[in-house]
Amino acid sequence: MNLMSYLAGAAQIGGVALGAPLVIGVTRQVRARLEGRVGGGVGQPWRDLRKQLRKQQITPRGTTAVFAAAPAVLAGTTLLIVAVVPLVATGSPLDPIADLFAVVGLLFLGSVALTLAGIDTGTSFGGMGASREITIAALVEPTILLAVFALSIPTGSANLGAIVAHGIDNPGQLLSLPAVLAFVALVVVIIAETGRMPVDNPATHLELTMVHEAMVLEYAGPRLALVEWASGMRLTVLLALLANLFIPWGVAGPESGGLAVAIGVIAIVVKVLILAVLLAGAEVFLAKLRLFRVPELLAGSFLLALLAVTTANFLTTGT
Amino acid sequence: MTDTGFAALTDTGFAALIDLAAGALVLAAVLIVWRRDLGSIIRLLAWQGAALAAIPLIRGVHEGDAALILIGVAIAVLRTILLPWLLARALGAEHRGLRDATPLVNTTASLLIAALLTMTAFAVTRPVVDLDPGPATAAVPAAFAVVLIALFTMATRRHAISQAAGFLMLDNGIAAAAFLLTAGVPLIVELGASLDVLFAVIVIGVLTGRMRSKFGGADLDALHELRD
Repeated sequence: MNLMSYLAGAAQIGGVALGAPLVIGVTRQVRARLEGRVGGGVGQPWRDLRKQLRKQQITPRGTTAVFAAAPAVLAGTTLLIVAVVPLVATGSPLDPIADLFAVVGLLFLGSVALTLAGIDTGTSFGGMGASREITIAALVEPTILLAVFALSIPTGSANLGAIVAHGIDNPGQLLSLPAVLAFVALVVVIIAETGRMPVDNPATHLELTMVHEAMVLEYAGPRLALVEWASGMRLTVLLALLANLFIPWGVAGPESGGLAVAIGVIAIVVKVLILAVLLAGAEVFLAKLRLFRVPELLAGSFLLALLAVTTANFLTTGT
Repeated sequence: MTDTGFAALTDTGFAALIDLAAGALVLAAVLIVWRRDLGSIIRLLAWQGAALAAIPLIRGVHEGDAALILIGVAIAVLRTILLPWLLARALGAEHRGLRDATPLVNTTASLLIAALLTMTAFAVTRPVVDLDPGPATAAVPAAFAVVLIALFTMATRRHAISQAAGFLMLDNGIAAAAFLLTAGVPLIVELGASLDVLFAVIVIGVLTGRMRSKFGGADLDALHELRD
């Protein structure tokens, strides 16, 4: 609990808060270049946010406090996740609550807040988006739980910091069967949770296909900026968590100095950027899945996560 | 061939390799349940055959048993090359699309049932594993899971090729259980079983051809019309 761990925590929150729109910008720019367009530049999401923040606050007629509070709840829960997960260093001041159940619960809390806001507007698109989002979330959350659970069995703890530290100490286990299965399952659910291709297309507002965009259709101005910023942070923090769970090198230890923290910051930035470029590159080659096929994909990833848990439980303890 | 040459395969490496092969068996079974494209089902079956052949090969190398290595090579040839080729040949004559119709249970439910079956397999084989704890027996539940998933596939699929794939998967599971539980099936028994499977697939191939000439497709639902 020295000064450095507080510094690492602050660097983590500040880095994700400021860097999330840039991560979105990188994915859009990579996608644009691969499709032969010039693209708006990496800073475009930040310029969009600035534009939205200057606009007037509009509250649609008939909406209640649920609609007004949802963006704040979404951003708040996401910031809390950013604060507790071990991105830059393990053993942060909030380490005791950096539990995987807490993180999944917070993720779901944000989703539910936005869903309720979508229903609260009373428009058909809001309700449709909310129903789709909750269908996906109902399959995504147990899968995230199971996948990280499979990783926590060899560690013997559900604490995310302990899992990452265990990964650094035993690199051989990162290539074991449970880890590989859990990795595939996590990649699928992170794509679904953050509304990327092939589950949802973040670039369109086509009424028949949109999921996330349908829920936030009634938002404008500063609230829309908050929702988009929070979505960007969710993508960033989930990518960073994925990177640290499976490629844990570079994460600073609990009692490390300033240099280790600096290396931790650089390592996580590089890892997230690589993952974002890979994600955007893969999206170019994917077509959006039909909505009725999405549960199939998610059930498959749930099954992979379940297999990861059973293999972690039975195969390794049997030997 | 019995000692020094293969001492490099340590106990932990052996356990990890056996686990990986058993896991690949289950994974291939699950993916076969997932996919409806008959071509990719056959390719997955070939991968499963490779994972199955790896088990006697790994055991043979670990224990320095030449007969097991021989069986492994024979299985690799039969199940990764010969049987998929026969199935692909039966599929090649199919002119009406290369996709199975929707199975009787839809894919999402099938995947969840496959998950339940895997859990069941792990639960019911505890006593078997406890008989002789070791890296190879610890992987037996995976083989049982493949058997259960294969039975489920055979019960729900409609296309003759999918049924044949389910049958081969069933046999893969049984063979994997045999290799994991016993130190090695006698060579003659294994050859007999493999020959049985080969003939069964040839018969299925002929049957599919007959069905196609009678009904114009290999959809098993068409067989109902025999009664009318």
